[in-house]
Amino acid sequence: MNKKWIKLIDPLFMRTTMILAVSIVVLVVILLFSMTKQSMLSIHKFGLHFLFDSVWNPVTEKFGALPFIYGTFVSSVLALLIAVPISLGIAIYLSEIAPLWIRQFLGFMVELLAAIPSIIYGMWGIFVLSPFLREFVQPFLCKYFGFLPIFKGQFYGVGMMTAGIILSIMIIPTISSVSKDIFLSVPLDQREAAMALGATQWETIRLSVLKYAKTGVIGAIILGFGRAVGETMAVTMVIGNKPEIAISLFAPSYTIAALIANEFTEAVNDLYVSALIEMGLILFALTFALNIIAKLLIQSISGKLR
Amino acid sequence: MNIYKKRKIVNKIMITITVLCTLITLVPLISIFISVISKGILSINIDFFLNIPKPVGEPGGGMSNAIVGSLILIGLSCLWALPLAIFGGVYLAEFGNNKLGAIIRFTADVLSGVPSIIIGIFAYLFFVLPMKSFSAISGAFALGIIMLPIVMRTTEEMVKMVPNTLREASLALGISRFRTTISIVLKTAMPGIITGIMLAIARIAGETAPLLFTAFGNRFWHQGLDKPIAALPLQIFVYAISPFDDWHRQAWAGTLVLISMIFIINLISRKVMKSSYKIY
Amino acid sequence: MENVIVCKIITKNLNAYFGNYQVLKNINLSIPEKKVTAIIGPSGCGKTTLVRCMNRMHEVTPGAKVEGEILLDGENILAKDVEPIEIRRKVGMVFQKSNPFPTLSIYDNVAVGLKLNGIRKKYILNEVVETSLKHAGLWDEVKDRLNIAGASLSGGQQQRLCIARALAIKPEVILFDEPCASLDPISTKKIEELILELKKDYTIIIVTHNMQQAARISDYTAFMYLGELIEFDNTEKIFTVPKNSKTEDYLSGKFG
Repeated sequence: MNKKWIKLIDPLFMRTTMILAVSIVVLVVILLFSMTKQSMLSIHKFGLHFLFDSVWNPVTEKFGALPFIYGTFVSSVLALLIAVPISLGIAIYLSEIAPLWIRQFLGFMVELLAAIPSIIYGMWGIFVLSPFLREFVQPFLCKYFGFLPIFKGQFYGVGMMTAGIILSIMIIPTISSVSKDIFLSVPLDQREAAMALGATQWETIRLSVLKYAKTGVIGAIILGFGRAVGETMAVTMVIGNKPEIAISLFAPSYTIAALIANEFTEAVNDLYVSALIEMGLILFALTFALNIIAKLLIQSISGKLR
Repeated sequence: MNIYKKRKIVNKIMITITVLCTLITLVPLISIFISVISKGILSINIDFFLNIPKPVGEPGGGMSNAIVGSLILIGLSCLWALPLAIFGGVYLAEFGNNKLGAIIRFTADVLSGVPSIIIGIFAYLFFVLPMKSFSAISGAFALGIIMLPIVMRTTEEMVKMVPNTLREASLALGISRFRTTISIVLKTAMPGIITGIMLAIARIAGETAPLLFTAFGNRFWHQGLDKPIAALPLQIFVYAISPFDDWHRQAWAGTLVLISMIFIINLISRKVMKSSYKIY
Repeated sequence: MENVIVCKIITKNLNAYFGNYQVLKNINLSIPEKKVTAIIGPSGCGKTTLVRCMNRMHEVTPGAKVEGEILLDGENILAKDVEPIEIRRKVGMVFQKSNPFPTLSIYDNVAVGLKLNGIRKKYILNEVVETSLKHAGLWDEVKDRLNIAGASLSGGQQQRLCIARALAIKPEVILFDEPCASLDPISTKKIEELILELKKDYTIIIVTHNMQQAARISDYTAFMYLGELIEFDNTEKIFTVPKNSKTEDYLSGKFG
């Protein structure tokens, strides 16, 4: 009896765990499939024009994705412009310069930033950051830099600028942690080679760490970009939710994720829902591509380092 | 100027810049902390924890249903997602060194990069449409999908970390692979796995987007798991974007409760992780 | 007439620590100028630490400490107000495992030390790169492909590239830390011949666990054991009539 049991149990165990593991693949396949199916209505109606139309009008049932693609793209790029230099500074400081206890303490602080959920960033954005920008920063920018098209026009506190700033805070932990790990794994002999030539600490970092890790850092940046693109709650709470394309950073805008969050429950007819799901598909494709590229870049350097 | 002096100055400037970058990042962190604690403390009272929302203007409203709703959603998600994720992770670690394993890992990575709002759409199509109703079930489904890749990969890592000598010792005694994995390997890896689970719970506790059109929220107690249910982040969101000051106050109270929950879970999971290292 | 030996580097009561562990005990060693001095001894005797003190690389390790004096041309390089990066320009180092910068070309690898010091003029760089590569015995093999990545050379070539890189900044002393440890016999021979050439212009210190290598190429040899300097003399004398019994035991292979 015991022998029979042992003969059966092990393959059964392996089969069971395999099925459970494969279920995640099945899940993703089904979900992709059903999302595509539900978008079909909208895809058939609007075709490729969907991506280039800038009218989004549920009443007349005209749907175009352009304002949201624009808003998503610009807010995320703005976030990168702020987050990348700061993240690299943090990564360099924590991996190369700071003593161990500071690295652990500050690393923990940066992790805390990552643990804060989007809704709380949104709360802070509405009630703290927006008023601050509206009262101190935006008037200043308007007065002294108002000749630049990006600082023209009425400011409300909420808008593209606020969204970009909040997104940058949210992606700093991602970019800096991944970069920091990459820097830490650059082999010691590279640094020693630079030091033996009489390089200063910064020169050593530049020569042996940054140059070496460039590909991986680009991967980290793209990873951050992907995160910014998919952010929903914080963005929808501070971006103004207006589907318009404007140059000024003060103007309100709209992202794909924010659109879906706001309008999904209000979509009353099939075409409306289908258009929204198609937007979701576009967002999925975008984040999918970004994540794949990022992973490939990061893995290429981990391979090199190992 | 002496070239050495110049290089030393450049060195000092660059190092100062990196320090500044790090300090700048602490500013929003501290600001968020201060606002949440100061505004939240003022708004927290016993009503908050005992009452359900009251109409605007009426004092004494609370978020008791939202807190309970969140706990229910977390519990349900764990119920379906954890067994799948843990045993899936076991498969990847013990048997998954092949093409199938690579596909599964790739899918898990893809899934973990999907924005949570899209996962909400998934759950909508899967449950809300056929059931013709928003429900706790659909919300738990969405949250569980978010948990799946996190717990699966953590489990895989933790099980892989168990030294092979333990497995071999057990197998050499004639114990089946099944028994070895469950009683010895899993048990050893358990602290690490629990840490992974807690981090996943801390993550989904704060998720709002996937619940917007699945759990949907409820001003009252839910009437069954197949009906809409309130959740803390959802309630915070609705109150935050409303024009009413009293609701804003309550939103801050909710924020304080939510962030406390998340940080406590994070701290506990760190303690668990630290104690697990004693095993090796 | 007695030959006066000029000493390039003199260590005085040199003690070195890793945390609480003392790795060098009261080393008093005089390195003659423009000669090859070999430092031999069993693993863990502190020979690498000793040379790493000489270009102030030892202190880079967290928890590392140095006491005593090291005089380079009479000036103490361990003094508080001395800048390590200036010392490292005068005292160059070639490591056990060759470490050219993989993202830089051969040309850039050699030129990097000069560029750091602000020398940008192409014609100066060109000249120094060519001279250094010739001095390192690598010019003929790479002169047509100076733009390829430094890491795409063979092990022996990479090590010679690292030597050229060290030579380019015109040091006065070159420290070799077991430079042939990971090389094949042919590359080893090339580097040994190179060292014999280089001693005409540079003071050379070579750490080696290969006694025969020390016997082949060095003028002076220092034998270390468990952090202490046991014996230092002409190579010929050490290898034929060692004064200390420990030296004799090590050389005859009684322990390693």
